[in-house]
Amino acid sequence: MLPIIFWSVASLALLVSWWRDPDRTVKAIQVCGRSLKGLVPGVLGMIALVGLVLALVPQEALAKLFTAKGVIGFATISLVGSIFTMPAPIAFPLAGSLLRAGAAPAVLATFITTLTMVGIVSAPMEISYFGLRFTLLRQTLSFIAAIVIGLLMGVFL
Amino acid sequence: MMFFSVIAVNLILLLWSPSLVEVSVTKSLSFLKEVLLILPPVMVLMGLLDVWVPRQMVEAHLGYDAGLRGAGFAILLGTAAAGPLYAAFPIAVSLMNKGARVANVVIFLGTWAAIKIPMIIIESSFIGLRFALLRLMFTVPCVLAAGYLIEAILPVDEVLVSAEQV
Repeated sequence: MLPIIFWSVASLALLVSWWRDPDRTVKAIQVCGRSLKGLVPGVLGMIALVGLVLALVPQEALAKLFTAKGVIGFATISLVGSIFTMPAPIAFPLAGSLLRAGAAPAVLATFITTLTMVGIVSAPMEISYFGLRFTLLRQTLSFIAAIVIGLLMGVFL
Repeated sequence: MMFFSVIAVNLILLLWSPSLVEVSVTKSLSFLKEVLLILPPVMVLMGLLDVWVPRQMVEAHLGYDAGLRGAGFAILLGTAAAGPLYAAFPIAVSLMNKGARVANVVIFLGTWAAIKIPMIIIESSFIGLRFALLRLMFTVPCVLAAGYLIEAILPVDEVLVSAEQV
């Protein structure tokens, strides 16, 4: 049902955009194509890895890591999320499959936030653009924000 | 890269336990189907937003004079864009060089990373609508706080000098 809505809304928006300005629509499709092409290696790797991890790691162990109530479990998830930076379209399906494996929603909120906002891997690039102090400050504050968001989600969900 | 490493691990596993590889491939394929049904239309929407949201006009609304409206604008701009966070760095630098204040640039980066309006559809379909809305509600104030804190701590000149060296 949901995919049908996505495809119809996207097609309709594309038609309206084409009617208003065909050139601009072609540019939008190019932007979309570039983003998709950029996403393909990450998406393929993620899909293969999710399958392998789900097959290799017993569901209970995975659920245990992501459902760990203690501070240590919470910290582990936050750190795992902080190493890599993933665009949201890859982070959400991954989080969804973890949820079905039994992960706690609050932990997933922290995981998503660190995954998208904090990236040790992309830090060198950020430093070259904004300097070391800016990068350290932004990533540290984002990490703290991720913990706060996770705790708040835990209260409300 | 990761894809081929995982395929290699799967091939090695095939010698040891074919049934495990079967589970791995089945899980991957059902996950692939899920992603393929949802990702392309959302990327089309993001491409359209990217093209229809005018950048020049937006840049004038992110300076000191814009006040809180500037923060709102930074959020709108970040949420409407397409691409991973590192794609936002060059745009953020150009915004800053054109007079956007540091707080708004940080807010823009935070929103670009963690909040995307088209992504709420993806997030609610993979996780849940309540989860997506609650996360949005908590993430916005955190991003705002980070923006104003960094601006208060870091001298503007220092960030600008780093940005100009690129």
